[in-house]
Amino acid sequence: MIAVMLAQTIAITGGTVYPVSGPKIDNATVLIRDGRIAAVGANLTVPADAVRIDASGKWVTPGLIDGGTEMGLTEIGLAPGTNDQRLQGNEVAASFNVAEGINPASTLIAITRIEGVTTALAAPGGNALIRGQPVLIDLAGETVEAMLIGRSVGVVAELSESSKEAGGGSRAGAAARLRRVFNDALEYGRRRTEYTRAQMQELAAPAADLEALLPVLRGQRPLIVVANRRSDIETALRIAQEYKLKLILAGTAEGWMIADRIARAGVPVLVQPLDNIPSYDALGVRYENAARLARAGVKVALLETDTHNARNLRQQAGNAVSYGMSWDQALRAVTLAPADIFGVAERYGSLESGKVANVVVWSGDPFELATGVEHVFIRGREIPLRSRQTELFERYRSLPPKY
Amino acid sequence: MKRILSIALTATACASAGAGPSQAPGTAPTAAETTSVSRAQYASTYQRKTNPPVVIRNATIMTAAGQEIANGSIVLRDGRIVAVGPTVDAPADAVVVDGTGKYVTPGLIDTHSHLGVYAAPGTQAESDGNEATNPVTAEVWAEHSFWPQDPQIPLAIAGGITTIQALPGSANLIGGRSAVLKLIPARTVQEMKFPGARYGLKMACGENPKRVYRQRGPSTRMGNMAGYRAAFIEAERYRRKWDAWNKDHKGDAPDRNLRNETLAEVLRGNIYVQNHCYRADEMALMLDLAREFGFRIRSFHHAVEAYKIADLLARDSVAVSIWADWYGFKEEAMDGIQGNAALVQQAGARPVIHSDSPSGIQRLNQEAAKAMHYGQRAGIEITRDQALRWITLNPAWVLGLDSLVGSLEAGKMADVVMWSGDPFSVYSKAVQVYNDGWLVYDRNDPAHQPRTDFELWQVLAPGSDR
Repeated sequence: MIAVMLAQTIAITGGTVYPVSGPKIDNATVLIRDGRIAAVGANLTVPADAVRIDASGKWVTPGLIDGGTEMGLTEIGLAPGTNDQRLQGNEVAASFNVAEGINPASTLIAITRIEGVTTALAAPGGNALIRGQPVLIDLAGETVEAMLIGRSVGVVAELSESSKEAGGGSRAGAAARLRRVFNDALEYGRRRTEYTRAQMQELAAPAADLEALLPVLRGQRPLIVVANRRSDIETALRIAQEYKLKLILAGTAEGWMIADRIARAGVPVLVQPLDNIPSYDALGVRYENAARLARAGVKVALLETDTHNARNLRQQAGNAVSYGMSWDQALRAVTLAPADIFGVAERYGSLESGKVANVVVWSGDPFELATGVEHVFIRGREIPLRSRQTELFERYRSLPPKY
Repeated sequence: MKRILSIALTATACASAGAGPSQAPGTAPTAAETTSVSRAQYASTYQRKTNPPVVIRNATIMTAAGQEIANGSIVLRDGRIVAVGPTVDAPADAVVVDGTGKYVTPGLIDTHSHLGVYAAPGTQAESDGNEATNPVTAEVWAEHSFWPQDPQIPLAIAGGITTIQALPGSANLIGGRSAVLKLIPARTVQEMKFPGARYGLKMACGENPKRVYRQRGPSTRMGNMAGYRAAFIEAERYRRKWDAWNKDHKGDAPDRNLRNETLAEVLRGNIYVQNHCYRADEMALMLDLAREFGFRIRSFHHAVEAYKIADLLARDSVAVSIWADWYGFKEEAMDGIQGNAALVQQAGARPVIHSDSPSGIQRLNQEAAKAMHYGQRAGIEITRDQALRWITLNPAWVLGLDSLVGSLEAGKMADVVMWSGDPFSVYSKAVQVYNDGWLVYDRNDPAHQPRTDFELWQVLAPGSDR
């Protein structure tokens, strides 16, 4: 059954195609075969057996990627039994990989994907100094394995007013503790045998967490640091330089103040555009942040961090444009840029032959509030535009409802 | 114009439970005059700021009164809208604003804000919204918590907001009085109090009160209902005592009790009930509670399940102040849907898009647009004028101010926003905001970008692009 469906060829014809990897193509065809994009272009021959989707007058883009969610890890905010995004009682939970906490049956998944977000980062939450490992998932599939894109994206740490408790209440303490854990992980990596024989002094974290940090400390996987105050961002940059880490900055509210420095360091950032409420953790937060970082040459991915409303990622992007990003930059920042930052750009983020067929057909400009989603394809399969919310809507469309 | 002003003054008298001192000089004070209840209670000191007359020409004027006028003009003078239409006569001394490509709407009104009571930067020291010490605190007034230097205020102004209802939080069954405020920079809350506006009474259903008071009660929804009923039964007794004494002022005045004083004003119909309530079944119970005690609920707030009982809401003329798409942050919010506003509108009830958020308040226009487009795409006929009313005239009605603000009509207060483009587009921003005729915000002129004391020195970004 699945094999039959995967073998299906789909041709999305006549739309204005935004491949992201290149300029837009008018009146173009996107050909999907075996879950992959087979071809994209203006003068493609459509195979006779292909299912045709007429997209004339429509816009066709890659599926959007939200790198700021806890998708699958939360159902109801205030119902603890439905929340699996945080590991309590461990301030340096580097080995906490969220994957097995993901609920593929979460109602949020359909609610999100039918509005054009096809891929999300399922990230560990809370305010620990080291929160754990996020995974990237496609928003379709009956099992965690079916949804996963890779086993781990890296390790998330936080340098902020909330996480400094892990350092005894001071930011300096938090930074020092992070270095202690890193040093011990390196030491552990060098002296595993002695560790096993208990011939080492006690280390700053359990072996599993130190082990989990080794790929990060070897530069094989990124360290994602949530930091908003300029000085916290600078601490993250300093530590990354000391340990030669592959750093990703997240939050980065005051990043605009040192955009050039972040650009020079070659560090990409994950930013939610619609943040401008000052707190002592980021008095300089402003709507122009994303645009200023992008203008300085920083690789920017845009976020919607409200997991329930991850579908508003496109509204975030539209507002980023409103506050100075170019439209093309913004589209890249919700497709190819996050794919690249999370290390999956060979397979995701653009409409190019060979890539995973996550494709969205929109009635118009995806960032515009008037625009609706017409078709969604995830891994080459068309997704019915239904969710628990559309069912509620239909049930109560005329009153009294039929139960 | 005179008629409108007199309505405003009457409303003031009603809302403040006693019209203030009227003692003639040289006479001995009566018992009534020595009782604090008859004196002004934190009266509004709002004063319109002078502004030269303004005419905005060649703009698309969205009136929220049934019309969208292409290439229209609007004239503001002395705090009033004096003309709106395809052609207008402008005073010779009017500042002429070129509205080519621009859109003009009424000032936006948010029925559900915690600005000033949950001020930024959001530390415990500024957490003044929930008097969570008793499930019934009808005696507290939001204006006594409100901090006019909240740095969130200029952000909301830049989003085109001209009036807010600042509410106590929802920890309590009865949380206290709301403050209806002109959103302008000011030193004191009294300077912001909308002249003549009634108070609202914040009430809350469901999860919040029973979670907060789990130990002492109420700990169940039935406990919540018993709590409201006990409070209003007491208020009925209080009202009878005062009504009797007010007839002849004989003997000592009854003791003042702030809690019952507020609830008695609800029973008299002078204070509007603003009821945080998510679930359809609970809203239906609250409608019956209101019937039991003879008051009206003016608006349910949050009401994520309003669409399930839209017919009941239309029958009882109760508005709903709702989000475009929030859901799922707690169990009673699980059934929130994007079609809520459209289905409520379809049933002939009165939807309002509210924010309950210092972030959301900055783009109520976008939130209304999302709700409108969702309905339209689903085949429900929603006009642009109706959707604009969700954030202008309908919230004005919820606050009892629809004869004064909420639409662009001659004679109304000049609360007006000029947008860079269609306000229902994600790319449009407020360029100019007039509050009572005063240019309070201009995106292109730093001289009209108010900043709070809090922002000085420490918040570096200027107002134009924050």
